Amino acid sequence: MSDVRVAGVGLTPFGNTPERTSRDLFAEASITAFEDSGVSRTDVDALLYGNFMGELAEHQGHQGPLMAEAAGVQAPATRYESACASSGAAVRDAVMRIRNGEDDVILVGGAERMTNLGTAGATEALAIAADDLWEVRAGMTFPGAYALMAQAYFAEYGGEHEDLAHIAVKNHENAMTNDKAQYQSAIEVSDVLEAPQVSTPLGLYDSCPISDGAAAIVLTSEAYADEHDLEAPVAITGTGQGGDRMALHDREYLARSPAAREAGAEAYADAGIDAADVDLAEVHDCFTIAEVLAIESLDLFPVGEGISAARDGRTTADGETPINLSGGLKAKGHPVGATGASQIAEVATLLAGDHPNSSFVEDATAGLAHNAGGTVASATVHVLEVVDR
Amino acid sequence: MSDAAEIQDAGFDDWIDAATAGEAYALECPNGHGSLPPRRVCPDCGSTELEEVPLPDTGEIETFTVTHVPTPAFADDAPYATAIADFGPVRITGQVVGIDLERVETGLEVELEITVSETTGDRVIGFSPV
Ligand SMILES: [Zn+2]
Repeated sequence: MSDVRVAGVGLTPFGNTPERTSRDLFAEASITAFEDSGVSRTDVDALLYGNFMGELAEHQGHQGPLMAEAAGVQAPATRYESACASSGAAVRDAVMRIRNGEDDVILVGGAERMTNLGTAGATEALAIAADDLWEVRAGMTFPGAYALMAQAYFAEYGGEHEDLAHIAVKNHENAMTNDKAQYQSAIEVSDVLEAPQVSTPLGLYDSCPISDGAAAIVLTSEAYADEHDLEAPVAITGTGQGGDRMALHDREYLARSPAAREAGAEAYADAGIDAADVDLAEVHDCFTIAEVLAIESLDLFPVGEGISAARDGRTTADGETPINLSGGLKAKGHPVGATGASQIAEVATLLAGDHPNSSFVEDATAGLAHNAGGTVASATVHVLEVVDR
Repeated sequence: MSDAAEIQDAGFDDWIDAATAGEAYALECPNGHGSLPPRRVCPDCGSTELEEVPLPDTGEIETFTVTHVPTPAFADDAPYATAIADFGPVRITGQVVGIDLERVETGLEVELEITVSETTGDRVIGFSPV
């Protein structure tokens, strides 16, 4: 099967920019991606674009064609909505379309404008990724849902808040060199433990921030990359998607993420690698406990051991499998619709040796990007590999 | 969005009515899979033969959290405890009422008690200790 090459990537700074529209954010990300790729806008066959709360945040649906216009692309455009996995799902479809020979060049990405809603408004908007009747009306919030999973995890496998704190500390540490990150500041375990509670056991520093931002990626077929002599050493070689019941209480497990396991297994098989081959991963750490569930679901750590991986230095930048070298959602920020594509952009940049943290993974050849929607009722996983250096 | 009371949700509202009357139920298919309404198809096996079965009187809290940062619909309710309780054929998410928040724990035996949001007056699924 022909590889799908990452020709160029673009990210806006992630952060608190309530005055910026998502069209402005996505335009910026796409300009960077096109410049990075050397691909002409006129060669783009399609735009696949992820966004979650556009109707609530800026009274804007039908963002596909709007964003094609913003990016200066004359091509059919479709919006993907899969909660926080929106642009992961968009990338997956882009990969399949290029592999099928349907398209040669796809602009894929996403954007989210959130901070203009304020904390309460954004909390309410995020909550609609849960079951409105059976979860939201019972007062469950998004942090609340992950807190339910954290408590269930502690009860089943052990661990405590201090273990989770090490994950937040690690991800902040990794973001120090990332000039696109929302927080480029170190924190300590005591900061996490003493922060205001959001939903016990999770506090403010266990939670990703509310963010504005956009990500764009130019993907091309191998044939197109060769023909145009593109510098595109990294390919997406595996893609997978998993699904689960919408409401957390309807799941078989409260402390595991089977959708992520399914997505990971499919992506590994697709790429022809296994977890032991993975040199680094960007995983969906919207809350500290989410990173634990992710690395266990992806078989990077055995079930029950993910909780101590950061504390033991196994997932730190100099550890055996660095997790979230970008700073993750926790420190880099989580503009929902942009997140999945931004993770893939980070992995590609890390593998290409162009990332400030590439020095920690100099010999890396394979990376993973894991993007989760809701309480992991949706999950996409992508394998990226260096194919031409 | 916070005007949940304005929106009639056939199936769900009926269930809240039933639970208020002490007649909460689950849906069950011929293969014994339990689920919550509104639903026409068993999410486990696809059977369309769903039957209402009474829920047991009590359930057990499996996991819980105390929420300090609520959505606007619960602004005046915070802090409050949210829990997932096992009622046999189904698990249900609800707010734990009638107990100090510090005393909520896994394994606590509870019964359904439909309560109201202090913020909106909307009906809310609640669990009270037996
Ligand atoms: Zn069934």
